[in-house]
Amino acid sequence: MKKLLTVSILGLALAAGTTQARDYDHVRFGVDVPYEPMEYRTPEGELTGFDIELGNALCAEMGVTCEWIEQEWDGIVPGLMARNYDAIMSSMTINDERRQSLLFSDPYITMPGAWFAPAGSDLEEANEETLAGLSIGVQRGTTYDSYATDAFGSTANVNRYSTADDMMLDMEAQRLDIVFLEFAVGQSTLLDSDAGDFKVVGEMVTEPAEIFGEGFGIAFRQRDTALAERFNEALATLKEDGTYDEIYERYFGEE
Amino acid sequence: MELVNWFNELLAGNLIFTPQTLGYYWNGVVTTTQLVFLSLLVGLVMAVPLSILRGSKHRWIKLPIYAYTYVFRGTPLLIQLYIIYYGVVFVDGIQQTFLWPLLREAFYPALIAFTLNTAAYTTEIFHGAIKATARGEIEAARAYGMSDRMMMRRIILPSAFRRALPAYGNEVIFMLHASAIASVVTLMDITGAARFVYARYYAPFEAFLFAAAIYLCLTFAILYFFRFLERRLLAHLRPQN
Repeated sequence: MKKLLTVSILGLALAAGTTQARDYDHVRFGVDVPYEPMEYRTPEGELTGFDIELGNALCAEMGVTCEWIEQEWDGIVPGLMARNYDAIMSSMTINDERRQSLLFSDPYITMPGAWFAPAGSDLEEANEETLAGLSIGVQRGTTYDSYATDAFGSTANVNRYSTADDMMLDMEAQRLDIVFLEFAVGQSTLLDSDAGDFKVVGEMVTEPAEIFGEGFGIAFRQRDTALAERFNEALATLKEDGTYDEIYERYFGEE
Repeated sequence: MELVNWFNELLAGNLIFTPQTLGYYWNGVVTTTQLVFLSLLVGLVMAVPLSILRGSKHRWIKLPIYAYTYVFRGTPLLIQLYIIYYGVVFVDGIQQTFLWPLLREAFYPALIAFTLNTAAYTTEIFHGAIKATARGEIEAARAYGMSDRMMMRRIILPSAFRRALPAYGNEVIFMLHASAIASVVTLMDITGAARFVYARYYAPFEAFLFAAAIYLCLTFAILYFFRFLERRLLAHLRPQN
């Protein structure tokens, strides 16, 4: 009798366990904080950022509760495998190497590059013709360096800087006509600062994918295909009903 | 044509050393050579009168030159480069002057910094050599009734330059190596090319070893040039037979 009870309790527990694992009414995210503006803490200590807000909105859409578990970057994939959390939403770029061990959602954001020039500049478009012979500033070794070098290296002067600060100094000094960097970084260091008046020139750049990658995705364990599918559906819904745009604009301004 | 084929075959399957990156290295060699050669040339021309005046009896001639060499030998070249490159833009209205087209480029601020630096060292090298002129030579010149000017031109300088040659050869090599810092102000010299290749392909060993090999070749060229000069100009000091 006693044995039967134990077995049935165990069975129940197992059943409950597997149901939870399959349906996930509670999703735990692993996240590496801080990485502004994607994930960081406010001065009050509250966790926020683009990933956090979008993740919470996705959970709300799916009708599940969610929880954020902080994990340093180098242990973030092992933590997922050890079931410390069920997903990683921490500005993780999707690539083939990671696909070997992880399952990715659809990309939820690509970090665009953008051209910034002094407000007084008469540049309106950034293309081979308008940039010919000008001095372009980039940060050495970044995605943006590769793009500018490949696209304009033969027609314009690409000046490479170790830090964004050095580049800003030369921009103010009028040594550079235009700089190319991650839009979010340019926004916080150029547009929102009091260093001077700057403007965005032309369109955001996210192509080609070999350089800019496929964007950031939510990572799951390989077998959680159902969960990934639910997140993809929720993401599509949020993009349609405008919630996504609202969060995006709060962090990155008008697209 | 055959050469091009041979070259392409040599590079086949190599992900890092493509014709494009080798082009960067080649431009780096050109930039480094121009920078070092021009700064040494101008520095040398400056150093000759400065080293003579450095030994002047008048305090107001001697002291400013001493202060100049002291400052430029007493501070790192990197700091001097930063001050000149980033410092000039804090001069109000510099962008409107005729100097700006030159100062806007990274090349000329770097050239100015390198020139001032090497001129300071060279001045001290020559000054030391002038001071070491054998007393007997000077007395002999005086006995011939030479004026100071003529003595300087005919006796002191020719022997001082010969004495200074080995030390100056070292200065030239140091200058070549010091020029590696030019890449911090965006110049694509040899080191700049190496840093670019490193950042692009995440291949520090290949990128920097190749740069090091180029510097070695240049150093050997300088070394042999000075050895040749010493052989010619210091022939009288070599043991006979």
